[in-house]
Amino acid sequence: MIQPRWIDPSSPDWPARLCHLEAAPHGLWLLGATGPTAPCVAVVGSRRATFSGFEIARSIGGELGAAGIQVISGMALGIDAAAHRGALEAGGTTVAVLGCGIDVCYPPRHAELREQIIAAGSLITEEPEGAPPLKYNFPKRNRIIAALASAVVVVEATERSGALSTARWAADLGREVLAVPGSIRSRQSSGTNLLIRDGVRPFLGIGDLLEAVPELRRAVPESALDSPPGGDGGRLERFSPPLREILARMGTQPVHPDQVGVALGLSPALVASRLGALELAGAVMSLPGGLLAPEPH
Amino acid sequence: MIAYAISCATRGLAGVPVTVEADIANGLPAFTIVGLTDRAIQEARERVKPAIRNAGFKFPQRRVTVNLAPAELPKVGTAFDLAIAVAVLRAEDSALQVNGAAFLGELALDASVRPVTGVLPMARCLAAAGIKRLIVPIENVPEAALADGIEVLGAASLQACVEYLRGDGSLVAGVRDASPAAPTPEPDLGAVRGQGQAKRALEIAAAGGHNLLMTGPPGAGKTMLARTLPSLLPDLSSDAALEVAAIYSLRGTLRERPPTTLRPPFRAPHHSISRAGLVGGGTGLAQPGEISLAHRGVLFLDELCEFSRQHLEALRQPLEERSVTVARARSAVSYPADFMFIGASNPCPCGHLGDAQGCTCDARQLTAYSSKISGPIKDRIDLVVSVPRQGYRDIFDGADEEPSSAVRSRVEAARSRQGDRAGRGNANMTGREILTAARSTAPARRLLALSGERLHLSARGFFRVLRVARTISDLAGEDRVGEDALAEALHYRIEMAE
Repeated sequence: MIQPRWIDPSSPDWPARLCHLEAAPHGLWLLGATGPTAPCVAVVGSRRATFSGFEIARSIGGELGAAGIQVISGMALGIDAAAHRGALEAGGTTVAVLGCGIDVCYPPRHAELREQIIAAGSLITEEPEGAPPLKYNFPKRNRIIAALASAVVVVEATERSGALSTARWAADLGREVLAVPGSIRSRQSSGTNLLIRDGVRPFLGIGDLLEAVPELRRAVPESALDSPPGGDGGRLERFSPPLREILARMGTQPVHPDQVGVALGLSPALVASRLGALELAGAVMSLPGGLLAPEPH
Repeated sequence: MIAYAISCATRGLAGVPVTVEADIANGLPAFTIVGLTDRAIQEARERVKPAIRNAGFKFPQRRVTVNLAPAELPKVGTAFDLAIAVAVLRAEDSALQVNGAAFLGELALDASVRPVTGVLPMARCLAAAGIKRLIVPIENVPEAALADGIEVLGAASLQACVEYLRGDGSLVAGVRDASPAAPTPEPDLGAVRGQGQAKRALEIAAAGGHNLLMTGPPGAGKTMLARTLPSLLPDLSSDAALEVAAIYSLRGTLRERPPTTLRPPFRAPHHSISRAGLVGGGTGLAQPGEISLAHRGVLFLDELCEFSRQHLEALRQPLEERSVTVARARSAVSYPADFMFIGASNPCPCGHLGDAQGCTCDARQLTAYSSKISGPIKDRIDLVVSVPRQGYRDIFDGADEEPSSAVRSRVEAARSRQGDRAGRGNANMTGREILTAARSTAPARRLLALSGERLHLSARGFFRVLRVARTISDLAGEDRVGEDALAEALHYRIEMAE
């Protein structure tokens, strides 16, 4: 059983990057096998994310984890948890910066995730033991996330999301900020789209991140970059032409089978049988509400 | 002095002929009724006595004992009144000849005869027991006349009945009128714009008698779609229609549904219904519930997740066995409950999960909501389809939609194929029958094997997919179940797995 320990600027494993902060914490509680390492990337976003945002966060976490880059986030519901999970699934390390005491599990639903993070990474917090998750702890916690990370990726955020505060802290500290663009009609992406309008680099794939932060590019072995993100070369080849036609028209936005039928002029029966075949082949996943989206890989 | 008259008791949809025996003995004036009677029969004493007096006859001022045999069978209701009065009068007046007639009806104090419930199943039972003639209240004549092999006479009052028995009066003779009642207009599928997937699922459900669940945001049209389902179903056979009419007769609801109508029933109980109201029950002898009133038709549960979990669980056995046995303190009775189950629900408590408007429920609410529909219930649903909100253009600019009559002719063709093959619908086939009926092509078998792994289908799940695939092939007029039919059947199942 790993015990929480107190580290301060005199400790050998004190993250040096924290000194970039004007109001650096005096010390931190740390609980876990692996503390913050450099370079690392913060993946943050809304608690109330869409399913596609959830998937994106998970796949970014996974790609970073597989490339050996630590993922930092806040263990909140939604995007944060998805990013942690993605990193853990890919066998990477991940660090959760908490807004409560080191011995408090918040949100309680993440008890299992918390154990996994402790085993494969660590939890850190500047709050005293037993501190409850108070509202004003979270913006403070965000500055630590921003300071630790080499870059911050905002996956989904509304205009009022706390993830934007992390992005602001990161920008003030000179860290690279990237935002995942979304539809201009999606409320869940309004914050990230605003960031992009204001000059933040859009995140279309992990390549953008590596290009923006040379430090990361140097840390990633060439072999980890074999599969260029975004390319679906060969993925369509294994399907018959009618199935390919549907996949090619699907885009990334979830669609309802009726929309597919109207767009392609197919009867509902044909749409259903083709989508059924694609679903079974794992090329299309169905989302709650009966919508369908292509699987990312 | 002792006299008899025949009447009838019901036990589920079956009836039991009851012999009403009246004995008049010397002693202090008294009137006793025995034979496991309920309160309504005990009160018959206070109806029969004035009715006999007001009809101009004399109630014997002696010791009158009436026994309803078989005495160990629990009996309920007011249908014995007429037989009790006839038995008492015959005990003193041997000129009254019953000539093998049976009597059903409630007496009013002024001696007129009032209608009772359950006349149709009782008439069928009496006919089967060899009774030649049945005297019923005028209002019940049309339904009683539907029973084969029994002469039905309608009596307006006790006097009319007694005069007939003396041989100097006649009663209203029932004429069997089996011509189908004019169908009431049903909502037409053509009135629904767009919703191609949901309409296709309705067509498949109608063609095979499969159970269907529709999910979608409020106002998307789930209820309207469900209400069009009866218009896709073929007429009932006259036997099936009679069976349905017998259930409605028991519940005394034939006024809502004429006994000769051939249209399949459509029941849509509100979610505040009691469990007894849904599956059958009540005090004393169990009454048929909504699921039996939906026999040979459609049971539609709107806002499925608002029904209590216990109500939904109670549907499990009837969905599988197509009948329900309700045990009450006095006895257990079985009612048929061979219905198509159609459910409609919102995808989440706020109703907007997956909708452009965005869902405001948190994860705990979502889990609680979706767990209302338990695994065993989900396993019995063959098709799940999402009904999206329609845009302005779908509603107002769309092309003309296919009317119900066109879909119904396809459904009828598919059903006749099923009838030729197995003598019943695909939904009612046993596992062994479906395995032989749904001969599939090699690619379809590969697909099915793959789906078993990916969807973690239970044995029941496999058979359900096969049944739906069989129905899809029937609609397409194909002998073997191909890859397309199977993929389509699986598509409607995958939505449930999520």
